[in-house]
Amino acid sequence: MGIIQTSKLVFEYIRRDEEGNVEGITRAVDEVDIDVQPGQFIAILGHNGSGKSTLAKHINAILFPTEGTVWVDGMDTGDETKIWDIRQRAGMVFQNPDNQIIGQVVEEDVGFGPENMGIPTKEIWERVKESLKAVGMYEFRKHSPNKLSGGQKQRVSIAGVIAMHPKCIILDEPTAMLDPNGRKEVIRAVRALNDVEKVTAVLITHYMEEIIYADKVFVMDKGHIEMEGTPREIFSQVDKLKSLRLDVPQVTLLAHELKKSGLDIPEGILTIKELTEALEDLRRS
Amino acid sequence: MLRDITLGQYYQSDSVIHRLDPRVKLSGTIIFIISLFVVNNFIGYAIAGLFLAWVIKVSKVPFRFMVKGMKSIVMLLVITVVFNLFLTPGEAVVTVWKLKITKEGIEIAVKMAIRLVFLIIGSSVMTLTTTPNNLTDGLESLMKPFKIFHVPVHEVAMMMAIALRFIPILLEETDKIMKAQIARGADFESGNLVKKAKSLVPLLVPLFISAFRRANDLAMAMEARCYRGGEHRTKMKPLQYKKRDGLAYLTVFLYLAVCILGGRILPGLFMAP
Repeated sequence: MGIIQTSKLVFEYIRRDEEGNVEGITRAVDEVDIDVQPGQFIAILGHNGSGKSTLAKHINAILFPTEGTVWVDGMDTGDETKIWDIRQRAGMVFQNPDNQIIGQVVEEDVGFGPENMGIPTKEIWERVKESLKAVGMYEFRKHSPNKLSGGQKQRVSIAGVIAMHPKCIILDEPTAMLDPNGRKEVIRAVRALNDVEKVTAVLITHYMEEIIYADKVFVMDKGHIEMEGTPREIFSQVDKLKSLRLDVPQVTLLAHELKKSGLDIPEGILTIKELTEALEDLRRS
Repeated sequence: MLRDITLGQYYQSDSVIHRLDPRVKLSGTIIFIISLFVVNNFIGYAIAGLFLAWVIKVSKVPFRFMVKGMKSIVMLLVITVVFNLFLTPGEAVVTVWKLKITKEGIEIAVKMAIRLVFLIIGSSVMTLTTTPNNLTDGLESLMKPFKIFHVPVHEVAMMMAIALRFIPILLEETDKIMKAQIARGADFESGNLVKKAKSLVPLLVPLFISAFRRANDLAMAMEARCYRGGEHRTKMKPLQYKKRDGLAYLTVFLYLAVCILGGRILPGLFMAP
C-alpha cells in the first residue's frame, strides 16, 4: 500500500437555503482512486472547481469522505483517534501565504507545529533551524513575516510543515497568488525537499510549467480523474488537455503545432531545450 | 497612509530593562501603580518620581517617547484637574463668580495630576521595553492561576497574538479597499462627522467579509498543523527567570517598602501628637 491511497472517494457539498433545507448536492469529488508511493512527486492538475483542492483536504483529514476511504501511511482518515497522527504525517501548505502564518516572527511560525505536537524546547529549535535551512530562509529567521515577499512567505509556510517531520507534504495551489519569481522559488524549494529529504510531495496547481518535474500527474475535471500518467504522457495529448480547458506550456504547444503541420518531432516536448534538440536532429538528418 | 500606524510602541534598544522577563515588568508595573495609590504625600511622590526617573535612565529609551503616551490623556488630565480645583469644598483662595478654588482643591488636583502622569509614564516604560509578543507570553504565564476558575488563559493569549499578527494585514487591506473605492468616486474626506461615518460603511462591509474569510483559512491552517488548544503544548521560547529577574523583583519590593515608609508611616509618626 502506498503512502496515500484513496478508494472510491466521494465527497458531496450540501448546499442549504436560509431555513436549512437542502437545496442541492454538489459532488466535488467523484469516485477517485489514487495511489501514491513514498518519495514520489505527484502533481494534481485541474481547472477551477475541478475538485482538486477538495481532494487535497481529504489527505490532511480536514474533510472526511462522504463515501469511500482515504488511507494516509496506512491509517484510515475516518478513524478519529488517528486524526492528529495523520495531520502530522501529511503536512499541508495552503494557497494564501498571509492566512497561514501564525507567528509574528519567522522562526516562531516554523516552531508552531512542533509546539503543538509537544516536542521538547531544545528539539524545536533544532527542527526550526534545519527546516528553515532546507527552504533557504534561515537568514530571515528573525524577520517579521509581514515584511517578506509572497514567495518567501510560502517558503516559510513550507518550513513550518517540514518542522513537523511529515512523510508527505500536500501543497494546495501554493503559487496561485505569487508572481513568476515567487513561483519559481517555491517550486524549487519543493523539488529540493523531494530530492534531498525524500518527502513525498503532492502539488496541486493549474500552472502547467510546474508539473514537468513530477513523477506522475493526475488531471482532474468535474471531480473525476480524467488523465493519469507521466508529464510526457499527459503533454502528448494536447487536444485532450485543451478540451479540459487547461493551458499547455508554449513550447509543448509549438511542438504540437509543428508536428501537426508535418515536421517529424516527438510528442510531449516539455522544455525549450528538448525542442531545440529535436529541431537540430531534424536539420541534421 | 494607514500602514504608518504602528501597534504597540516598542522601542528597540539593548538595556537590562529590555532583557528582563516580561512577568517581572508586568508585576513591577502593577506594584508601581499600587505604590502611587498607597502614598498620599509629596515625599512619597518624590520617591516614586526618583525611582521612575532611574528606571527610564536604565532603559535607555529617550524621554520624549514617554511623553508621547501622555498626549492621549491630556483631556482626561485637564478634566480631572479642573473638577478637583473647583469642586473640592474648603478654604477659598480665588473666587470667580460662583466658583471658588480652594486650598484643598489645589492640593488634591496636583496630587491627582502627578498620579496620572506617573501612572501613564510608568506603564509606557513597560510597553516601550517589551515586544507585544513577550507581553502576551508574560500575561499568559501570570494569568495561569486563573485556570482553576475556568478562565481560558491560553486561548485568550493566542487570540491576542493572532490579533497582533493580523492588524498590519487588515490595515493594508483597509488601505487597498479605500483606494479602490476612491478610484470609483467614493469620498472619505469631506462632509460632517455623520457623513464621514456613513461613508465608512461601504469600507467596513468588505473588510469584515475578508476578515472572516481570513479567520476561516487561518483556523484551517492551524488545525492542519495539529493545533488543539493549550493542552500538551510545549513552548519554543519558554519564559525562564534569570538572576537579573530576581534582582529586579527585589528592587521593586524594596522600592515599595521605601515608598510606604516615606509616604505613609514616617509622616504619620512625626505628626502624631
